[in-house]
Amino acid sequence: MNNDVIESYTGIIVDDGETVSLIKLSHCCDLSVEEILTMVEYGVIEPLNFQTSHIRWEFNSSSIVRVNIATRLQRDLEVNLAGAALALELLDEIKTLRST
Amino acid sequence: MEYKDYYKIMGLSKDASQEEIKRTYRKLARKYHPDVSKEKDAEEKFKEVGEAYEVLKDPEKRAAYDQLSAAGWQAGQTGFEPPPDWNAGFEFHGGGSGGNTFGDADFSDFFENLFGQAGARHQYNASGHGRSAYQARGRDTHAKVFIDIEDAYRGASRSLTIKSTVLDKNGHPELKNRTLNVKIPKGVKQGQYIRLQGQGSVGTGGGSSGDLYLEIEFNPHSHYQVDGSDVTLELPITPWEAALGSKINLPTPGGNVELKIPEGSSSGKRMRLKGRGIPSKSPGDFYVILEIAMPEQLSDKEKSLYQELQKASSNFNPRYKLGGIR
Repeated sequence: MNNDVIESYTGIIVDDGETVSLIKLSHCCDLSVEEILTMVEYGVIEPLNFQTSHIRWEFNSSSIVRVNIATRLQRDLEVNLAGAALALELLDEIKTLRST
Repeated sequence: MEYKDYYKIMGLSKDASQEEIKRTYRKLARKYHPDVSKEKDAEEKFKEVGEAYEVLKDPEKRAAYDQLSAAGWQAGQTGFEPPPDWNAGFEFHGGGSGGNTFGDADFSDFFENLFGQAGARHQYNASGHGRSAYQARGRDTHAKVFIDIEDAYRGASRSLTIKSTVLDKNGHPELKNRTLNVKIPKGVKQGQYIRLQGQGSVGTGGGSSGDLYLEIEFNPHSHYQVDGSDVTLELPITPWEAALGSKINLPTPGGNVELKIPEGSSSGKRMRLKGRGIPSKSPGDFYVILEIAMPEQLSDKEKSLYQELQKASSNFNPRYKLGGIR
């Protein structure tokens, strides 16, 4: 194993203000567009502009994190997408309860 | 090298059935999955359990491992070296499904010495969804970074060492330690992610690299409490400061501020310093909760002054709402 030179980078906050397109989301999460659409169908994530055709869909950039968590839960815990969506919902609820 | 007792890690006896191993793994994976678990060291435990399962779920690897552990090694014992022909007669098939996917296939030296890199899972890199198998974008990788609350106010720099698979000039994958100097912008909140584009795993066949996501976690602070972008401080004040009002030089992570305490403030009173929480486009607020502190021992003079005070304010009944009990 070698030690490389030190590289410097500035991180970008995955913020609520930023949005990502359907295609960008699929790239970021290394999933096909169809797989992202299935995640929407199961309520893991929701587009900000549901009414328009899905090609124009924009998502809150925190969706990247949600999709990645759903993918990991599916792989690691062998749950299906409905189970992963349920886990995410419960995690949200726990977070809300803890902060009040 | 440290010897690892995979049965002990999973809390199983040596004669556990394959079914039992699977069941235990599933249970432990749920318990320690870093996305779900609130356990301390969840990620570490999750990796450890994943490694143990990788060996025990595979009857061939398990049999070879069992033969090795029959030599009487104890968990944590160091100086372990596998005998030269320890795996003769066993055939390992790399890959396999199941097992965890957190981080790179980052197994212990013990595992890699026994089963080699080939024994580790590489299915993460598989595209598996219709994209060309020869060109795939690298995976996104994840890591946790601990920062202090003050860092969220000012921004911070962190050096991270990341083990990642890169391709050498002949196209062979090799593990490399990369040290990244990461600037964490000010205004990050607990649990928020920051993204480093292109710093995840390298793609194959010219595919672009994945991104590196860093989850921000705040180190616990001795006097500040953080909730989203709001920060709270419990501020001890003297009884006379509470009674007469005062100006206090208040420490906040963004620097000292002068806080005016109005006269007649009770314990538990919450004061808000607007916009003095974690800075961002819509900065959080800084809350102060007053807490009246008493000296542990009163001098005779103090006692007599309190007795005088008692007489002077005999009309005051703080338990009025409790039915007027005295």
